[in-house]
Amino acid sequence: MFYYLRRIFLLVITVALVSVITFAVFQILPGDPVRTMLGTEADETQIENLRNELGLNRPLYQQYFDWIGGLFTGDLGNSIRFSMPVSDLLMERLPVTLSVASMALVIVVLVALPLGIFVARRQNKVSDVVLSSVTQLGMAIPSFWLGMILILYIGMNVDFFRINGYIPWSESIKGALSTLVLPALTIAIPQIAVKFRYVRTAILEQMELDYVRTIRSKGLPEKLIVYKHILKNALIPILTIFGLITAEVVAGTIIVEQVFALPGVGQLLITSISYRDFPLVQGIVMYITITVVLINFIVDMLYSVIDPRIRLR
Amino acid sequence: MQKYKKNINLLLGAGILLLFFGMMVVSYFYTPYDVNSMDIPNKLQEPSKTHIFGTDEFGRDIFSRILKGSQTAFIVGLLTVAIGAFFGVLIGGIAGYAGGLLDEVFMRIMDALMAFPGIILALMLVAVFGPGIINTSIALGIIAIPSIARVTRSGFVQQKESEYVTAAKLIGVKPYKIMFKHILPNISSQIIVALSIAFAIAMLAEAALSYLGLGVQPPDPSWGRMLKDAQSFLISSPWYTYAPGGAITLLVLGLYLLSNAIRDIMDPRSK
Repeated sequence: MFYYLRRIFLLVITVALVSVITFAVFQILPGDPVRTMLGTEADETQIENLRNELGLNRPLYQQYFDWIGGLFTGDLGNSIRFSMPVSDLLMERLPVTLSVASMALVIVVLVALPLGIFVARRQNKVSDVVLSSVTQLGMAIPSFWLGMILILYIGMNVDFFRINGYIPWSESIKGALSTLVLPALTIAIPQIAVKFRYVRTAILEQMELDYVRTIRSKGLPEKLIVYKHILKNALIPILTIFGLITAEVVAGTIIVEQVFALPGVGQLLITSISYRDFPLVQGIVMYITITVVLINFIVDMLYSVIDPRIRLR
Repeated sequence: MQKYKKNINLLLGAGILLLFFGMMVVSYFYTPYDVNSMDIPNKLQEPSKTHIFGTDEFGRDIFSRILKGSQTAFIVGLLTVAIGAFFGVLIGGIAGYAGGLLDEVFMRIMDALMAFPGIILALMLVAVFGPGIINTSIALGIIAIPSIARVTRSGFVQQKESEYVTAAKLIGVKPYKIMFKHILPNISSQIIVALSIAFAIAMLAEAALSYLGLGVQPPDPSWGRMLKDAQSFLISSPWYTYAPGGAITLLVLGLYLLSNAIRDIMDPRSK
């Protein structure tokens, strides 16, 4: 019980600090934010109006609590550029980003897990140098360039794929897939290159343990040893790895959306920065970060359910 | 076998880094063509003997711009690492050495900074600071702080109970001297590994920000920015993306290989 209370306490602290940082960063803007947003041609009444609208004439702490209160009620203020609530804009873009991110996540798990098991079982046949080169390359290649390469080599050669724009699921499932699979692959490939080796390590570590030697010596077929015994025990390190990728997949989506001109949250964030639409930037940053923090928290909680020993640490 | 692999990492990593470092130095004195001189009739020419990486949409020589771009990559990388190292070591050192409430407060703030997905924090900071080489470096430097602080802190926590620290305390050496003259040199290998990884991440992040149009701005050449420009001509001139994309990948790869090699050499236990 104490374990859970401490975890929840830390979660609250993290979220509170994240919100304070997100709020505070926009206070150090040089000059008057309203003037920056409106540009040099704005007159005094326009400036005063926007000030009042944004509530900038009130004390800082009050502004903060208003803003953070809005976070829970889903009201993060209005976008300056679109004159629409930030939350409505986010809701509009969310399906695209969620689709790409979850598709990428599924691809990573479906490929990295079997691949990791495969190379673990051929431990001495596939050289370590080759495996680590694949990983290093996956870490080094910029996702936006990989996206362009996939467009050139897959997008242009396979009729199924569209390399630009987005077709909503509601319109056509096939259409949606044709626009989303390549971006998802772009995010997934580097993740696979890095994560399959963790799976391999997790399994190899188990292979050295006594219980594996015992079941092997009683003559259990190698396949059964791996899939029935080792995999079960390697699940926790593997879960940890896949918990870690959520943040990276979300971050990857933000950039890759730009390569494929997908109208997702990432694109909204980039344009809102270019237009100096700060309430929108603040809102997007806050929601994305909180989502990632919460997912990590849930994954953490899952471990302790799977392996109660963790609670004692 | 292990030794062989270690040397391969070291040789390849150091080789790549030296290659780019050499390119950067050379580019200050010489580029085959002027990096900004336009030659519209010869725009978007395929790689050839006269332009080995081709020409861009203004007829500028891509190879010359790749050379020049290495300056930006190194400046941003070095500035970022300098900022991250200074504040990271300071914060991590104080937190680890002092312990208690100060430690708790510092590390919770570092945790919060790490809770942001890196690129999201980078985008938020450049939104506030504005684009450009210096602002991009400051933003990326702030992002580099937490991981360096963590490494430094755990080093200090390990070392502060050692006998040499106790002895120094007993003879009345001042705390800041114990921290930076006695403990720091003993954990320098961990910190160097963290710095070389931060360097690689900074270069990749600079390329990403510049690709999104929010990092380094023209006329400063940046590989990420070149990729952004190249994307408009992706179908008609696919080779345009190869040079900048390849340059980023190769340099970052070299840094990762090198950081692996340093880790293996300085800390044999990690293997």
